[in-house]
Amino acid sequence: MIKLENLTKIYSLGILGRGGIVAVDRVSFEIGNGEIVSLVGESGSGKTTIGKLILRLMKPTHGKIYFMGEEVSRYKPLDYYKGVQGVFQDPFSSFNPVYKVDRVFENVNRYLLDLPKSEFWGKVEESLKSVGLNPKDVFGKYPHQMSGGQLQRVLIARALVIGAKFLVADEIISMLDASTRVDVLNILGELRDNMGLGILFITHDLSLGYYISDSTVIMYRGSVVEMGDTEKVFKNPIHPYTKMLLESVPTLDKRWKPSEEIFRVESGERFFTKGCKYYSRCPFRRKECLSFDGKLRKVEKNHWVACILTGGD
Amino acid sequence: MTAVDILKAESLKVYYRTLHGSVKAIDGVTFEVRKGEVLGIAGESGCGKSTLVNFLVLPKDPMYHAGGKVFLKGKEITSLPKHDLRKIRYEEISIIPQYSMDSLSPTRRIRMIIRDLMREHGKDFDPDLVRERLSMVNLPQSVLNMYPVELSGGMRQRATMVISTLLNPDILIADEITSALDVSTQKFVIEMLLGFMDRKVVSSIVFITHDLSILYQIATRVMVLYAGKIVEIGPMEEVIEKPVHPYTKALIYSLPKMNVRFKERRLKGIPGQPPHLLNPPSGCRFHNRCPLATKRCEEEEPPLVEVGKDHYVYCWEVKV
Repeated sequence: MIKLENLTKIYSLGILGRGGIVAVDRVSFEIGNGEIVSLVGESGSGKTTIGKLILRLMKPTHGKIYFMGEEVSRYKPLDYYKGVQGVFQDPFSSFNPVYKVDRVFENVNRYLLDLPKSEFWGKVEESLKSVGLNPKDVFGKYPHQMSGGQLQRVLIARALVIGAKFLVADEIISMLDASTRVDVLNILGELRDNMGLGILFITHDLSLGYYISDSTVIMYRGSVVEMGDTEKVFKNPIHPYTKMLLESVPTLDKRWKPSEEIFRVESGERFFTKGCKYYSRCPFRRKECLSFDGKLRKVEKNHWVACILTGGD
Repeated sequence: MTAVDILKAESLKVYYRTLHGSVKAIDGVTFEVRKGEVLGIAGESGCGKSTLVNFLVLPKDPMYHAGGKVFLKGKEITSLPKHDLRKIRYEEISIIPQYSMDSLSPTRRIRMIIRDLMREHGKDFDPDLVRERLSMVNLPQSVLNMYPVELSGGMRQRATMVISTLLNPDILIADEITSALDVSTQKFVIEMLLGFMDRKVVSSIVFITHDLSILYQIATRVMVLYAGKIVEIGPMEEVIEKPVHPYTKALIYSLPKMNVRFKERRLKGIPGQPPHLLNPPSGCRFHNRCPLATKRCEEEEPPLVEVGKDHYVYCWEVKV
C-alpha cells in the first residue's frame, strides 16, 4: 500500500544551509494492506521524519514514496489525504480548545467530503462506534472535557470518516494513561483486521510494537538496522543494537542485566560518517565495521539485518 | 515508628485551593520510607504522586497542608516554619524533579549554581567532591563552566542529579525522571541513580513513575496510588506476582509485556477513567470502575487489610 524507496531526508543547517543532518538515510520498506508495521527507534532516529514524509508534510531530499502503486507527489493534496491520514502524540494540542469536538468532523465535511448532512453524521456516528466511543459522549463536548484516550479515538474515527486506507500513528499511545493505553491499541488491531487499514505505528516502546504489529523496523540514526516479521525480530534479534534495545526494555518477568555497551555518545562528539553508525557504541565492533556499507542483508525469510557480523547475503 | 524509618507520613492530606473548592489531591495517606530501600510510587496521571513528593520537599501555593503529619528522622516537619525547611532540603531530603532538564537557572553557569547551593547551606565549594560526583554520572569536568543551554537534555538531567545529591540527603526523590527517555538511556540513568545508593551518598530513594515495569527493576517496595489514596502497598515482587487489589490487578494485566500478542490474546484496559478530585466519589474511590464493587464500597471507606507479610491493601472485597 505504501512503499518507501531509498528515502532520504537531509535537514540543512547553518548559514546558507551548508551543513546538513541526515535524518533519514536511504530507507526502503513496504507496508501492505491490513498490515501494522511498527517503526521503532530512539529519539533522533528519524522515525517521526519518515511519518512526516509519508504525510507529505515535507519533501524528501532523495528517494520516492508510493501509495497504491502511484508516486505520492503526483496525487492532488485533497485526493491524497482522503487515503492517508495521521494521528499524533499529543491529543490535547491536536484540537482547538475553544471549539467543540464536533468541529473536527464539520471541517472534514466542509473541505474534503461534501456529503449531505444526515448521511455524513450517520457516517460519523458509525465511525465513533467502531472506535469504541458512544457518540453521545462526544458531540457537544469541548476537548478539555474528554480524556486523552477518548480524544485519540476521536481522531482515529475522523480518519475513518474520511475513508482513509492508511494511517500514520506517531507515538499516539505514549501520552495516555496506562489503564486506557491498551484499549487504543486494540482498536488499531481491530481496524486492521476488519477494514484492512494499513498502519505505520511509530513508537519508542518496544512492548507496544510487539503486542500489535505484524512487522517491525528498527532504526538507528536514520538507517534501518534490522527489520522483518515482528516475531522474528523480537525472538531472534541479530543486530547488536536491537539486542541492546530488547535487553533494556523493562518487563515484569525479568530483571535487567548490567549494561554491556561501552561508549556513550555525548553531544559534541563527532558522529562517524563512514561505516556502521553504531560503531562507537557497539560491544562487538571491529576494524572492518568502519568500511561497512550499511546495506540490509537477508538472514532468513522476512528478516533483514544491516551488520557486518551477520555474514548473511 | 521504628528506628529504620527515615520518613513517616500519617494520614497526610494535601489539597489544592481553587475557585471551585479544594481539590483533594492527596487524601489521607499513611506510609513510611525505610533506611536503605527504594520505595516505588506508582499510579496514573492525576493520582497525586507528584503532589505528594512536591509537598514533602517544597509546599507552595495553591497547594496546602489539610491534615495529618510527616516525620522526617523523627521530627515533625509540616508545622516547621519555611526557614527551617530550607535547611532540611538538600541535606535531609532532596528531589530530582520531573522535567529536571528544565529546572536549572538559565543565566548561571553550573559551577555558580553549585556554589550558591553550598553557600546557602554554610559550606564551601569542594572541587574534589564535585569532580567525584560528576564522574559518577559520566559528565566531564568542563560542564562546570557551561550554561545549562550548552548541555543536552540528558546531560542537564544528570547535572541536576549531581546537584540534588551533593549534600548527601537521607532521602532522594526521583519524580518521573525516566519517562521522557529512550529505553536504553532509561537503563543508564537508573544505574546511575542506584550508584548513589551503593556509594552511600543517599540512604533511601523514593522513585515515582507511571511505569510499573521500571519499578520492578529497582524497587524494594511499591505503593500504588489511585485518585489520591493508597490502594496497595507491599514488597515489589509480591505485588507484581500476586497483586490483591482489583485496581493493581487490572493495571498489571493491562500492560503489554513482550509475551502477549494481539493476535493470540487480547489485553484489556480498565473501563472508565479516574475521578475528578474536586468531588471524589464516596467510599472506595475505585468503586465505579471496579468489577467487584458492592453497595458497601460505594458508601464506606475501605479498611486496611494485611494480606501478606508487609503487604497491605485498602479494600472491602479482599478475603484473607
